[in-house]
Amino acid sequence: MSCSLTLTRRLALAAGVSIAFAGTAARAAAGQKKLVVIIARGGMDGLSVAPPVGDPAYARLRGPIAISAGEALKLDGTFSLHPKLTAIHALAQRGQARIAPAVAIPDNVRSHFEAQDVLESGGSEVYGTSSGWLNRTLTALSASRVEGLSIGAQAPLILRGPVQAGSWSPGRTSRGERLPMILADLYRNDPLLSRALASGLDTEAMAQSAGAGQMMAGRSPQQGPGAVAQAKELGATVARFMTQSGGPQVVAVSIDGWDTHANQGGADGQLANRLAYLDGAVDGLATGLGAEWKDTVVLVVTEFGRTARVNGTRGTDHGTASTALVLGGALKTGGIIGDWPTLAPNRLFESRDLASTLDIRALFKGVLADHMGVERRVLDTAVFPDSGSVAPKMGIA
Amino acid sequence: MALPDKDAQAAIAVTRFGLGARPGELEKAKADPRGWLKEQITASGAEQPNPPLPGSAERISAYREYQQDRRAQQQMRAEMESQSQDPQAVQLARLVQAGGLQEELVGKARIAANTQAPFRERWALFFANHFTVSATKGQVVPAVGPFEREAIRPHVFGKFGTMLAASSSHPGMLIYLDQVQSVGPGSLAAQRRRRDAGLNENLAREILELHTVGVGGGYSQADVTEFARAMTGFSVGGPQDGPAQAGKFVFRRQAHEPGPRTIMGKRYADEGSGTVLAILNDLTAHPATAKHLARKIACHFVADNPPPALVAKLESAFTGSGGQLDAVARTLIDADEAWEAAPAKFKTPYELVISGHRALGVAPMRPQQIAQPLNTLGQPAFRAPSPKGWPEEAAAWAAPDAIVKRLAWSEDFAAQVSNGPRPPLQVAKDALGSRLRPETASAIIGAESRTEALTILFMSPEFQRR
Repeated sequence: MSCSLTLTRRLALAAGVSIAFAGTAARAAAGQKKLVVIIARGGMDGLSVAPPVGDPAYARLRGPIAISAGEALKLDGTFSLHPKLTAIHALAQRGQARIAPAVAIPDNVRSHFEAQDVLESGGSEVYGTSSGWLNRTLTALSASRVEGLSIGAQAPLILRGPVQAGSWSPGRTSRGERLPMILADLYRNDPLLSRALASGLDTEAMAQSAGAGQMMAGRSPQQGPGAVAQAKELGATVARFMTQSGGPQVVAVSIDGWDTHANQGGADGQLANRLAYLDGAVDGLATGLGAEWKDTVVLVVTEFGRTARVNGTRGTDHGTASTALVLGGALKTGGIIGDWPTLAPNRLFESRDLASTLDIRALFKGVLADHMGVERRVLDTAVFPDSGSVAPKMGIA
Repeated sequence: MALPDKDAQAAIAVTRFGLGARPGELEKAKADPRGWLKEQITASGAEQPNPPLPGSAERISAYREYQQDRRAQQQMRAEMESQSQDPQAVQLARLVQAGGLQEELVGKARIAANTQAPFRERWALFFANHFTVSATKGQVVPAVGPFEREAIRPHVFGKFGTMLAASSSHPGMLIYLDQVQSVGPGSLAAQRRRRDAGLNENLAREILELHTVGVGGGYSQADVTEFARAMTGFSVGGPQDGPAQAGKFVFRRQAHEPGPRTIMGKRYADEGSGTVLAILNDLTAHPATAKHLARKIACHFVADNPPPALVAKLESAFTGSGGQLDAVARTLIDADEAWEAAPAKFKTPYELVISGHRALGVAPMRPQQIAQPLNTLGQPAFRAPSPKGWPEEAAAWAAPDAIVKRLAWSEDFAAQVSNGPRPPLQVAKDALGSRLRPETASAIIGAESRTEALTILFMSPEFQRR
C-alpha cells in the first residue's frame, strides 16, 4: 500500500506538463509502432471536447457554457469538436482522429486521486495494483533491455513498475564525468539511486543529441499564442525523442488544469485555453513525427468526465464518463468508438452524469492488441489483471 | 525492539525528525535525543517569519487595489520587463510580487534554515501540506503565505479541530477551493439574481477526502452535496463589505442554503455558520480521521510504508486526546518504531535544499536563491499541483531526471558555499554524525576540490535520505 493511499497525482512541471517515456530495444513484437498516451489530469469535460450539439438535451443542460453548432467543428450529425481543436479536427477530416464519447474507468469513484489511480494502474478498482499498465505493456512487449526517461520531476504511475522508465525535463545538467562515476560507486548498494542516476544520464545524452534542449525551461503560460507555441514545442520535443535511433516507442504525457469547477467558459475561456494547449501539443507531435506518424496512435484520456449539467458557478463538478480522443496515422477509419448513451434525463447516471458505455480498458486493450501486437491472454492477465471479461475494442488501428 | 545507540539516535533526531543538522546541533541533541525533540513542542505553535509580514486581509486588499490600478501595473511591468523578455513570465512575476509571495518564501525558508527547533518546523510543514492552499490560481496568490501563518502555524500543537476550523474558514482556502462562489440554490441570493447561482462542492469534498476522514472514510456523494449546502455563505469580504470586513472571512446569510442537513447519517439543524462548526467537530472526532492522520504522519516521518504498530499508537494518541496534536507529537517521539536505524524517507526538494543550507550554517537572503532550485527540482514554492499537496513517496521524487537535476543543483550550491571555514569532511560529520558512511567519507577525502567534496556529500545516499 502506498503512503498517501493513492499513488497518483496531478503532475507538477511548471504549468503542469510532464512526460515520461520508455522505449524497448527489441521491437520484434511491435515493429516500429508508436503509442503516446496523453493523460488530461483533473477531470477533462468530454462534453466540451466533443460537444454533442446534435443531442436534443445538450444545450439545455449546459446553458451558459454550451457550445453552439455554429461555433463547433462538425464531426457528424451528433458530434462536433470544440472550436479550439482545429489541428485535431483537420486530422479527423483525414481519418486520423476519432472519438470515444462515453468511456469511463471501471470503478465509479469521483476523487481525482483514486480515479487517476485506476486509470493508470489498469486495475478494476482502487488500489487494485501498484504498478502502471503501460509499464506492464513494456514488459509484455520485450524481454530485453528497456530504456526510460521522464520530463518533469515526478514519475507518473502509468509508467511506474518493474521496468525502469526514464524521465527528462528541460534545464541544465551536470557537466563533468568524474562525479557520475564517483556517485555510481557510492550508489552500488542502492538500487533506487543507482538505477535512476544511470537512466537519467543516458536520457540526458539522448536529449542532447535530439536537440531537446531547445524546449523552453520554466513555467508555461496558461493561455494565448505563447501557450500554444509552447505546447507545439512540447509535442515537437516528444517527437524528437521518439524519432531518435533507440528512442522510446511508448510515451506518456500529462497535461493538467482540467478541474473546471467554476467559470469553465464555452468557445472561449478557461477550458478553451487548455484545449488550445492540448491541440497545440498534438499538432507539434504529429508534425514532428513526420513519416513516422503513420505508425503512431495517440490516446487522450482523463480520469473522469464532469457533470452533465452546468453548476451554479458556471462550471461543472466531478462526473463519470468522458470523451477519449483516439488519434494517429495508424488509425482505421470509422465513426465513434462505443455507443452514445444520449443525454436524455432517464439515461443520465445517477441523474447527473453522462453514463459510461465503454470500459476504458477495452479501448486500451484494443489499441494494444491491434496496434502493438500484444496477445489477448497477456492483456487479460498481466497488463490489465483479471480483465478477461472486458473484450478489447478491436478495429481501431 | 532495541534502540540504536545515543550517537545514532542523535543523528536520527536531527535528520529524520528535524531538517538536517546545523553545525553544533548534533552535540545539543546527543545527551537526550528524545528530550531535545520534546522541548520543541510549544503550545504557542510554530515560529513566525521575522520581520513579521502583513496579514491576509491586508494582502488581499492590496492585491485587489493593484489589479485595479493601471498605473501601478504599468510601473511594475516596466520594472519587470527590464529583467525579462517573456511577456508571460513578466505577467506572472508581477502577480507574485503584488501578492507578496517572494517575501513569504524568504521568511519561511529562513525559519527552516535557521531554526533551533527543526522538529517543530517539520511538524508545521507537514500540516501546511496537509491543508494545501496553492498559488496555482491567480486570486489565491496574496492569501497563500498568510494562510500558513494564520491558519496553520499557531495551531500545530493545539487541537486538530481548531486548525481544521481555522483552515476551513480562512480566505486562502475559501478562494482556493471555490467556496466563495458557492451559493445555496434556495437562498435569498439565488432568488434575487437573474443568472443561475448555485452550489460548488469543491471545498466540502476536499475537507472530507483530504483533510479529515479521507477516501474510504464512509461518506457518499450525497454527503458531499449536503456538506456543500451547509457551507454556503462561507465567503471572503470584498471592498463593498467595508474596510472592517474586506479580505476577511464573512458569513453571507443571504447566500446560505436554508434548512437542516444530514451528513454521514447525522442530522444538523440550520444554525448558519454554527452548523459547519458542528460538522467539523464531528469530523474531527470520527475514527476515520484519526486513522487518516495517523497514517499520514507516520508516512511523513518514518517510511512510505510505515510500521502498523506505529500507526496504531498515533491513532490512539489522537483519539485518546481528542485530537490534541502535542500529544500525538510526543507519541511519535516515544515510539521505538520511529527510530529504525535505516533511513527510509527520501527527501523532497525543499527538504534537500533546506538541509543543504543547514549543513553549511547559511540561510537564503533573496527569493531567487530558494525559488530557482525549487522550480528546477520540481517543487515550485507555494505551488503544489493539487489540493492533495506534495507527494510523500520516494517513487514520486526519485525519477531519473530528478536525480540528474539534484546533481546539477548540488554542484551549483557546493560551488557557492565551498569557501566556508570548515573542511568538507567536517561539514559532513557535523551534518550526518554517525549516519555518515565510511565510503562516503573516503570519497569526500578523495575529492579533487572542495566543491566536488561538498557535491559528493549532498548527493550521498545518506544525505538524500532521512
